[in-house]
Amino acid sequence: MSAPTIPAPTAPSPARPGRPAGAAPGRRRTSLGRRLAPYGYLAPVAVLMLVLMILPVAVVIRYSFFDNVIISPTSVLVGLRNYVQILTDPLFRTATRNTAVFTGVSVLAHLVLGLGFAMLLNSPLLGRRTKTVFRTIFVMPWLLTVAIIAILWRLLLDPNGVVNFGLQSVGLIDGPVAWFSELNLALPAVTVMNIWAGYPFFMVSLLAGLQGISADLYEAAAVDGASWWRRFFHVTLPSLRPIIISMALLDVIWTSQQFPLIWMTTGGGPLERTEMLSTYTYKLAFSEYQFAQASASAVIMLLVALVLAVFYVRHQRARD
Amino acid sequence: MRAQSGATRMVMVAGAVAALSVVAACGGGEGSPIGNAGGDSTKASDGSVTLEFSQWWEPEMPKGALRGIMDDFEKANPGIKVNLISAPYASTQQQTVAGAASKTLADVVGLDGAWVSDFAKQKAIADLSTLMKDSGYDESQLASQIKVGGETYMIPVVNFVYPMFSNDDLLAKAGVSAPPATRTQFADAAKKVTATGNGAYGWILPLAQDAPNGIQNDVMSWAWASGGSMLKDGKPDVTNAAVTSVVTFIKSLWDAKVIAPGALTMKEQDKVEQFTNGRVGMMIDSLAHINLIRQNNPKLKFSISALPAEDGYTGKRGMPYASWGIGVSDSSPHKAQAFKLVQYLMSTDVNAKLSSIANAFPGNTKSVPDFVKSDAMFKTAFDIWNKGVPANEFTGLPTAEDLMRSFDVQLQETLANGQPVNTSLSNVQADWSSKF
Repeated sequence: MSAPTIPAPTAPSPARPGRPAGAAPGRRRTSLGRRLAPYGYLAPVAVLMLVLMILPVAVVIRYSFFDNVIISPTSVLVGLRNYVQILTDPLFRTATRNTAVFTGVSVLAHLVLGLGFAMLLNSPLLGRRTKTVFRTIFVMPWLLTVAIIAILWRLLLDPNGVVNFGLQSVGLIDGPVAWFSELNLALPAVTVMNIWAGYPFFMVSLLAGLQGISADLYEAAAVDGASWWRRFFHVTLPSLRPIIISMALLDVIWTSQQFPLIWMTTGGGPLERTEMLSTYTYKLAFSEYQFAQASASAVIMLLVALVLAVFYVRHQRARD
Repeated sequence: MRAQSGATRMVMVAGAVAALSVVAACGGGEGSPIGNAGGDSTKASDGSVTLEFSQWWEPEMPKGALRGIMDDFEKANPGIKVNLISAPYASTQQQTVAGAASKTLADVVGLDGAWVSDFAKQKAIADLSTLMKDSGYDESQLASQIKVGGETYMIPVVNFVYPMFSNDDLLAKAGVSAPPATRTQFADAAKKVTATGNGAYGWILPLAQDAPNGIQNDVMSWAWASGGSMLKDGKPDVTNAAVTSVVTFIKSLWDAKVIAPGALTMKEQDKVEQFTNGRVGMMIDSLAHINLIRQNNPKLKFSISALPAEDGYTGKRGMPYASWGIGVSDSSPHKAQAFKLVQYLMSTDVNAKLSSIANAFPGNTKSVPDFVKSDAMFKTAFDIWNKGVPANEFTGLPTAEDLMRSFDVQLQETLANGQPVNTSLSNVQADWSSKF
């Protein structure tokens, strides 16, 4: 009597475990379609990112290594020459310094103002209606487009504008002050304008953060006899720290690239007192037609933004 | 299963469509080239040709006005149709720069004199001298032509002149009976107007660096009005006596505090607004703003006159102007038809009509716009224009706007930082020379 032979089990397909051998060709096609489907869904976004983001950036980086790009059909590779020219240009250094001051002061003021207003709106001392009124007023600058903000501030700070009229009325100044035209006042004036335009973003984010802090923490601190300042420094600020860091990094990136507000009010003047990296790059491209040097300047700005973006992403990951 | 594979196919198709639409959208975006002059896709099977005409004029004219002129052209030239590509000035400039680089300019291109040199050097715009010769065009009727290397590349279609505007009431209040005709009279009038108080100033000077055309219209115009020049043999010559005397004169006005505050970041529209509101005694401005001033302040009494000249100057006075210029793309396959459109716009009647609509002076010397007959102020301006000579030395220069900006920075150094006039002009000379 011979032992019954048991057929060896069919080895499962490495690609699709458990799929019976000799599957119909139609099923194979379905399986391929299923594998490709996610890529199909991603395709529109991938194409959009490629065409609208990666391609232009790649083209600008390429331009920065050539000479006479765009304006001449025979541009030649010049290596790092454009970068050397930009980095040794005194105006670039002035623009970098102005951008650093403008950005640093703006971000700090955005944070202080945003936090102050957020705490006011989160305060139990204010009624609901009062809070709604203040919330509407405080968020107002955020609702205006950049062009409107620029026009508004040009009118406010005009020598014949409301600010001069008010200051003259109370005797703080003798005659009209041209805020955007005075050499020593232009940079503070555009910075104040930018602070006004940008603090609501901080305020809204920090208000959400404040509302997420457990009341138990404040109660425990109060039971321990902590003063308002100690509660602020030891409960509020540590709880808001991740939001503050994220907001500050984003704000540094955005503010350092601010162009329209500067262009529509001072255009980088007077005498380069408000020249920023953005206006410097724009003038190189559309006034001097030095698109290669403008590309090099833009790439330098991109690298700075990239470093900040890396910090931002790492911080976000650490938070998660 | 079938539904799933169908969905997969649908996603693939959607992806492909999305990709194509994105590429198409990018093709028409701001800063992207305009026109398709490089190809011959504009020739229909019946042999008719469709010309593309890019310009910023249509948005600045009454609705349908330019299209109406194009319709008349199409009737007069069967077989040629015109497709208008219109955008505001700044967008047109960016798109034209991109189109010139990629050789995809529209067949007929609206041009600003400041762009011509660069486009001609790129061989993006055609040599109109040859086209005029080929078609037997009588160029003696043209008021001016913009040349590069001796060949014409742009024809000014209409011109916006910049005379001096005076606030009659403010001048009368200051005891000045007539608009000043010389620099001494001007300085005197400006001081008297400023002395009247109430925030009034004698003169207004826009020097914003983002729009530095104040250097052309409000600064260098003083030199041209006295027969001076900033060029010698086509090269920069800004250290000469004529330009030096202008900057010294402006510096004296600045030190006398007769120039309205805010000059260093002021734009042309701010200047017009201040004058319209009656805060300024005198300004140099485009004639095109007469109707705007009248509309915004009907009570303002003002007059226009030629720019004051140096004391004792008796020659013809140069009057600054800005133009709506026209050119033909060098890569257009329909250059002959494109030049027909240029010829049409420059013909006596059409040019007069276009000038009337735009409140500008004609590019054809024989054309007389309607407003000259119906409006005394325009008549005065037309007489000043005809007695003087059109003057704008920035037209046709390489990176003209940047040259103005460079001059602007140095002028501001002199006015606000006390840098000696000679140092400023030497710096300008060095900078300009490097760009020629």
